[in-house]
Amino acid sequence: MTSNRIVGASVPRKEGRDKVTGRAQYIDDMTLPNMLYGATVRSRVPRGKIKKITFGSGIAWNEFVIVSAKDIPGKNCIVLIVDDQPCLADGIVNHPEEPILLLAHPDRHALPKAVDTISIEYEPLPAVFTIEESEEHREIIWGKDNTFKTYLVEKGDIDGVWEKADYIVEGEYRTGAQEQLYIENNGMIATYDPERGVTVWGSLQCPYYIHKALMTLCNLPADKVRVVQMETGGAFGGKEEYPSMIAGHAALLAIKSGRPVKIIYDRMEDMAATTKRHPSRTRHRTAVTKGGKILGGEIEFAVDGGAYTTLSPVVLSRGTIHAGGPYYWPNVRIRAKAMATNAPPHGAFRGFGAPQSLFAMERHMERIAQVVGLSPIEIRRRNFLQPGQTTTTEQTIREAIDLEKLLDRALELSNYHAKKQRFSKDNRMGTSKKGIGVAAFLHGAGFTGSGERNLSSVVDVEACADGSVRVLVSSTEFGQGTKTVLCQIVAETLGLEYDDVTIAQADTGEVPNSGPTVASRTVMVVGKLVQSAALGIKQTLTTSGALERSYSPAEFRTACQNYVAAHGTFRSSARFEAPSDVFWDDEKYRGEAYAAFAWAVYVAEVTVDLSTYSVSVNDLVALQEVGKVLHPVLARGQIVGGIAQGIGYTLYEKVIWQNGRMQNSQMTNYIMPTSADLPPIRVFFEEMGNIHGAFGAKGIGELPMDGPAPSIINAVEDALQVRFDAIPLLPEDIFEKLATESISKSGPHSAGGVQSQ
Amino acid sequence: MTTNISSGGRAKCELSFTVNGERRTVRVHPMERLLDVLRQELALTGAKEGCAEGECGSCSVLMDGALVNSCLVPILQAKSANIVTIEGLAAGAQLNCLQEAFLDFGGAQCGICTPGMILAASHLLQRNPQPTIGDIREGLSGNLCRCTGYVQIFDAVAKAVQFKART
Amino acid sequence: MRSDPADYELVAPANLQEIVALLAEEPGTWLPIAGGTDVMVQYAAGKLSARKLVSIWNLPELRHIEVLADEVRIGAGCTYTDLRENETVGREFPLLVSAASWTGGIANQNRGTLGGNVVNASPAADSLPALLAYEAELILVSIRGERRVPYLDFHTDYKKTKLASDELIRDICLSRRFSEYFSYTRKVGARQAQAISKVCVAALGRLDGGKVKDVRIAVGSVAPVPLRLLETERIVQGKAIEPSLLLLAKKIAVAEIRPIDDIRSTMRYRSTVVGNLVAEFLEKLRANEPAI
Ligand SMILES: Cc1cc2nc3c(=O)[nH]c(=O)nc-3n(C[C@@H](O)[C@@H](O)[C@H](O)COP(=O)(O)OP(=O)(O)OC[C@H]3O[C@@H](n4cnc5c(N)ncnc54)[C@H](O)[C@@H]3O)c2cc1C
Ligand code: FES
Ligand code: FES
Repeated sequence: MTSNRIVGASVPRKEGRDKVTGRAQYIDDMTLPNMLYGATVRSRVPRGKIKKITFGSGIAWNEFVIVSAKDIPGKNCIVLIVDDQPCLADGIVNHPEEPILLLAHPDRHALPKAVDTISIEYEPLPAVFTIEESEEHREIIWGKDNTFKTYLVEKGDIDGVWEKADYIVEGEYRTGAQEQLYIENNGMIATYDPERGVTVWGSLQCPYYIHKALMTLCNLPADKVRVVQMETGGAFGGKEEYPSMIAGHAALLAIKSGRPVKIIYDRMEDMAATTKRHPSRTRHRTAVTKGGKILGGEIEFAVDGGAYTTLSPVVLSRGTIHAGGPYYWPNVRIRAKAMATNAPPHGAFRGFGAPQSLFAMERHMERIAQVVGLSPIEIRRRNFLQPGQTTTTEQTIREAIDLEKLLDRALELSNYHAKKQRFSKDNRMGTSKKGIGVAAFLHGAGFTGSGERNLSSVVDVEACADGSVRVLVSSTEFGQGTKTVLCQIVAETLGLEYDDVTIAQADTGEVPNSGPTVASRTVMVVGKLVQSAALGIKQTLTTSGALERSYSPAEFRTACQNYVAAHGTFRSSARFEAPSDVFWDDEKYRGEAYAAFAWAVYVAEVTVDLSTYSVSVNDLVALQEVGKVLHPVLARGQIVGGIAQGIGYTLYEKVIWQNGRMQNSQMTNYIMPTSADLPPIRVFFEEMGNIHGAFGAKGIGELPMDGPAPSIINAVEDALQVRFDAIPLLPEDIFEKLATESISKSGPHSAGGVQSQ
Repeated sequence: MTTNISSGGRAKCELSFTVNGERRTVRVHPMERLLDVLRQELALTGAKEGCAEGECGSCSVLMDGALVNSCLVPILQAKSANIVTIEGLAAGAQLNCLQEAFLDFGGAQCGICTPGMILAASHLLQRNPQPTIGDIREGLSGNLCRCTGYVQIFDAVAKAVQFKART
Repeated sequence: MRSDPADYELVAPANLQEIVALLAEEPGTWLPIAGGTDVMVQYAAGKLSARKLVSIWNLPELRHIEVLADEVRIGAGCTYTDLRENETVGREFPLLVSAASWTGGIANQNRGTLGGNVVNASPAADSLPALLAYEAELILVSIRGERRVPYLDFHTDYKKTKLASDELIRDICLSRRFSEYFSYTRKVGARQAQAISKVCVAALGRLDGGKVKDVRIAVGSVAPVPLRLLETERIVQGKAIEPSLLLLAKKIAVAEIRPIDDIRSTMRYRSTVVGNLVAEFLEKLRANEPAI
């Protein structure tokens, strides 16, 4: 690779100036003349038939616009994968906080009172709240068997391995729900007029998801729906699917009232009603040799999807494919299922199923190590995937990846061996115990399997009258740096200055569908498309003779100006073409699951205080291979930010459920880390020359979410010599576990799950 | 009512205060939150509502030099006060050194916490021009950021301290 | 925002005299609002039942710290920042300054007041164990005059106090006689900053010849009101701090409290942690005694 001027440099964020001066416009900062405010009346029960709705007294109901399911012009559903989720409940509710009615009023203060006076009578139906209850089928709440989706991955002959095993190691691991907790709550503004149709502005990740959902809901053709992304104050997956619901609500109120309608959730509503990370349960049964080699295993991965399908099949898919971790499984069977419960649907959140199944894998590796009698380091070394080997879906690793080298460097950076030794000595005394833990993992970039092929994303690059070029994509910026990196790629590709490239607001009226901004795909997939579209501009200019083969940025600008003056602005498009040699079988769940993987080893150091049973993370070394780092400051920001969320996921953030409803839907009782809680997070990149995407970049956004939980819990186990297999792990959990362990007086690792043969 | 109430009441009342150096007068209910008055009456939308309960700090502004959560200030208590919002921090096109540093060192990702965070940092540096990393962690602990994991915010504040020392 | 500002009245009389007159006129009707860090949270959540509010924020009569020969008088309207910035308070009342420093973030400390913390009377309030340990006294004012009451039994039940409906707290008086005591305080919250306590301990102690001469142990978040552990204090009085005493103190402390399971923690956890921290205090007290 030649050295680049712009790619690889930390250029200023495109929208950075607006953000540091307070000028950036988020949805709640926007108002339209004559605008109404909207509110949502929601279910207070987990499941039931709506018997009667009473509008209370003391409210001037004639001043309100009221929308119910019967006002929906199109189909009453939020189109996504399976059309099972209504936009407004009609006769029956399937989870607490399910939307039933919509109200709008010119005075936003009038709404909470009005919502409060509406009382709804239900005939309650039995509800299901856990994966286990859902599996029991005593109550069928969805489809034939409460199951949204199953996958089966099979490789080799798993049934033949058990008798060859020296040890069979079993374990069960659980992860809890997690709230995305973007600091900007969800919000939308919609307008309607019969000529132009519906326009919505909002805080969102995927303009074309909303576009599609609104077409069906409002029964409008594509050109009568326009979706515009405002500056978005954090998303993390949490604004992937639910914004379609809110946009639908705002649109229905706008259609009925003929006025602009703004719906802004407050924090309590946002937390209680919108999606969270899927809770999960993973069971492992693994055949291992005396030497610590994995012969094969069965993995059962189950997630709680909540009441409707939404994105559960896709989350489940990613969790399934990552369930084997960065290890070589000669034989494996992975059964995965997404189960229905009467909770608000769980949804996308950074990592998308992988943090769940990787937590299980990396905890299970510790257990295997203990059973076999090897160190946590050695057990990993002996099982790491090597180039040329295949993953659980039989994808051949073609990258020159060297996981042992990655591991060794992480151990060195964290001073692992010396610390491990020192801690085990020091821990004999005192009430504070230290531990150190490792996690190795991988994260696939881009859509799973055939996803990219089906998406068939398109991007445009435009030559503008002032000689600059403009990128047009539906890929959105919500903090990760989409705008900046895509402009860098174009500037580098065309040999321009960074300031010569701008990017359009994500407005479906103007930008083509470059796919959703999810799955760490933007830089790798969309970046590559943008690169080839940019080359199209250059080609037009050079072929026409306006531009020499070799040119300066100033010459490009002049050529572009002249050309546009003569012929008008023009665009160059690029559409995703799946490489013909990439094979994926959706039926058998086999083949090239991802175009590329990012690889990582994280090492966490913790202290557990036995007076309060609290864990503090003292150091976290994060080493990763993500291909080429296009923007060091943004890349480090993504990693550190993801780790912070990962630490929250592991040690702080617990959703307290009662009958399917979140009880702690406030920032005061749903605990995310503050600036005083995080350790020094030390981020390192290893470039191993693996070329993917534009300028060799792979995905980066989700990876850091996978490592903190297993490395931290492995470190806690190291500190206390007691096993913990569920997150979040709160002081109360450590206390209870230590209390029962000391009562049963059993050794730390004697409890169940191991058979010797 | 016999007591002589010097100000306030239930009806809308007129009150004045200084915002970013300018005298402003509004007619509002005395229990309106400072946050809403800034955003709705004065169109200063830099302060954001993240929680409405004093936890997130995204509504932070300076009131008579002290950092406050504007979601917890009834406007009557801001009468005659001197308020500074993020919009008042830059001198025209010239960014303040904290804004500059946040821009250069990755202190702002999605940007929603940024106005409050920068004001909290500015308040910290006013009281403590040479903060340690511990001071920075404490000074910003009332401002939640979900994107950055704070590390690059600490970097930015530390750099702003250096800029300041140099100039 | 779940309340409508048009439904609420707020007035800001110019001085204390007018305020107590207003409180007396319609007893129980007017809710004082100081820094608003409790009141405004309820208001925004649509849960504030009072409809008439009277601002006492920044009243000079309530916002001063007076250092007298034998006591320090802290105006009820002093903010946590005022406390942290006052030199005498910093030197002589470290328990209170620590509590102030971990009460929310800086913005909260710039607005939240000590008087508000006392009257809001949350069992989890962080300053209250410190006030108990220092054996604070309160000066209450009303149109009827003023009275001085001990803080020890000011809280009568969950969120109930001895404050009459026409009264305000004017001062919180702290005796200076503890300035030489060893002090210990610890807050156990769900995170390092901006956390509501699961358990909070504030304690003072003094040894004489290796024996406990005098101790004060107060805890928050483990009963409907903040508690002095009087029985535990009595048990350790006059004794040498050794392992058997630690065990006994733990046991007695746990018996004195009435923790519950709630959204923030569990009864069992709170009990054990209180015991652990009482023991930790006593051990540190012993370790602190200068070798003779
Ligand atoms: C984000 C956040 C974090 C917090 N963290 C903590 C924490 O860690 N620890 C903790 O202990 N607290 C915490 N609190 C609560 C704490 O800020 C309050 O208890 C504060 O001390 C109350 O003071 P105030 O002036 O704001 O009271 P206000 O809200 O103004 O009033 C509270 C109550 O006290 C009454 N009152 C106030 N002053 C007087 C007076 N002089 N005489 C009579 N009545 C009076 C009012 O009528 C009202 O009933 C937190 C609050 C927030 C918003
Ligand atoms: S909105 Fe004011 S602190 Fe969160
Ligand atoms: S930058 Fe997004 S919350 Fe801080």
